[in-house]
Amino acid sequence: MSFWQATRLVAHREILVQVRGKGLWITFGFFVVGLFAAAIVPGLAGDDPAPTVAVVGRQAERTVAATDLQPRPATDVAQAQTLVRDGEVDAAVVDDPASTTGLRIIAMTQTPYQVMAALAAAPPVDLLAPDAVSDQVLYLASFGFALIFFIFAISGVAIAQSVMTEKQTRIVEILVATVPVRALLTGKIAAYCLLVFGQVGVLALLTPIALRVGDLGILLTLIGPALGWFVPFFMLGYVLLASMWAVAGALVSRAEDLTSSSTVITILVMVPYLGVTFFQENDLVMTILSYMPFSSAVAMPVRMFAGEPQLWEPFVSLAILAATLTATVMVATRLYTGSLLQTGARVRLRRAWTGAETPLA
Amino acid sequence: MLQVRSISRSFQGTKVLDAVSFDAAAGRITGFVGANGSGKTTTMRIILGVLAADEGTVTWQGGPVTQQVRQRFGYMPEERGLYPKMKVAEQVIYLGRLHGLDHATARRNTAALLDRLELTGRADDPVERLSLGNQQRVQVCAALVHEPDLLILDEPFSGLDPLAIETVLGVLRAQAARGVPVLFSSHQLELVERLCDDLVIISGGVTAASGDRKSLQARFSTPRFELVVDGDAGWVRDVPGVKVAELDGARVVFDVAETEQAQRVLQQAVQRGPVRTFGAVVPSLAEIFREVI
Repeated sequence: MSFWQATRLVAHREILVQVRGKGLWITFGFFVVGLFAAAIVPGLAGDDPAPTVAVVGRQAERTVAATDLQPRPATDVAQAQTLVRDGEVDAAVVDDPASTTGLRIIAMTQTPYQVMAALAAAPPVDLLAPDAVSDQVLYLASFGFALIFFIFAISGVAIAQSVMTEKQTRIVEILVATVPVRALLTGKIAAYCLLVFGQVGVLALLTPIALRVGDLGILLTLIGPALGWFVPFFMLGYVLLASMWAVAGALVSRAEDLTSSSTVITILVMVPYLGVTFFQENDLVMTILSYMPFSSAVAMPVRMFAGEPQLWEPFVSLAILAATLTATVMVATRLYTGSLLQTGARVRLRRAWTGAETPLA
Repeated sequence: MLQVRSISRSFQGTKVLDAVSFDAAAGRITGFVGANGSGKTTTMRIILGVLAADEGTVTWQGGPVTQQVRQRFGYMPEERGLYPKMKVAEQVIYLGRLHGLDHATARRNTAALLDRLELTGRADDPVERLSLGNQQRVQVCAALVHEPDLLILDEPFSGLDPLAIETVLGVLRAQAARGVPVLFSSHQLELVERLCDDLVIISGGVTAASGDRKSLQARFSTPRFELVVDGDAGWVRDVPGVKVAELDGARVVFDVAETEQAQRVLQQAVQRGPVRTFGAVVPSLAEIFREVI
């Protein structure tokens, strides 16, 4: 049997185990529900009816008529105040010669900004170089990318658990005696990558549907290119983390030790998530994050979405990510090989590294 | 035939195996015995390529043991291992396929083995729901599913009840009858004695003795005889050149320097009355074991 046949068998088993389990479907369901919720809910909340105002005086009547506020005539200020107190109206607009605008607004507990904005006379604005996307959309999109990467990257702990279970149950001894260790590692990583890429693919197909249902079809043309960049970055970034999760599992033989061996990975997964969430407005930090191998998967597509970088930038960042990935997989293979048959306490990295020199034929 | 030649292995400066050599021949069951920590498991792991030897060679049919060759070996490690949540049949089929079987053959062999080991009813249960003894039987299936060219079993009988031991004994004999060399280690010397054709005794990482079990037993036996008569057998003590090892009324066990002296004892016994039993005593494996290590 060839290396690839063994790899395929190992991957096939892993996929079966995951597809039959609950964890995968819970994560996937969470994303599908979240996607549709994000597309539909803002539309429902956005259709606030225009506020109703009690109107007293001629100037007030004229001014309110020019807005989309709902006027409700009142005989005098006292009646208007009663209407406000009773909650019949959101606010009252009355003539007040003492005010510079000639008007006064009466409300209950809070300043009614919506009424104020309706009455304000704002000068027209001409933007010479308008932003391609609004801040709000940018925030939503970057948060979406960061969340998808974060959740899938964290769920990579399943790889570590799978490797650890094989060590814990000692079936690893039969496996290692039968197929090359590299086939075991490659098969596992391939299985989880296929599962995750499959889910991301389905989510990408569902996105246009969700946006259309939420009447946000216009967003699609804006998000499209960024989504296009997110996919290759996400794939390389995920493989990078998957190989590290496999090593974290190979270093331990007991579930209790897994947390300590995977601390570094957890931190590396948090960096892009927190970085992009907190420093989205900071160009310097975002530029640095968009070149760092672990955060570039999120930061570069977000920058592309905002339309900042030069055309060559994502390619350079992608190349850095690919180089890091190659080096990591080589180191990971060696550590995996060196620690797989060492049971008992957690294997130190140095021992895993030197262990690879002797045990396997 | 499997040939192990002068393999040595050290762990962190401690020599665990020192020039261990032996053969496991086709169609023969070879028992591998030694005290705890004597190097049995390390030797088996080296044969399977799970560990590398520092020195020495392992050859199969005269050639090196490559990945392709090893894939045709069957192995049952001392520390048992199966996927606890995977169904019995599915798991055995999977391991068969890893050993290079196509799906149809793997299924057929699995069904036959489960039947043979009386596990057919549990085929669709997750392994973790089986009793330890039954899990052990599944482990035997996992080692046999691909009809291996060589079978290596580390303590295959530990944890088995007497009935299961008989079943596994039968399975191993059938494998040897198929022409497969079977190498197994065990602490249960009486089982080794019953089952094996050849014997390898390892002590402190060194081969203390190896070869055909019967000739080993002959080699290590001092000429010892047992005699049972009707009356008291105490008179044997007075026969010149005879050393009595055990005396219990009518039964006596004695050592002689030459076998002719035993014949002289028999003649005297016949003259004195009826002889119920007379024969040479073959030393048990436990006795040989005590002697060589």
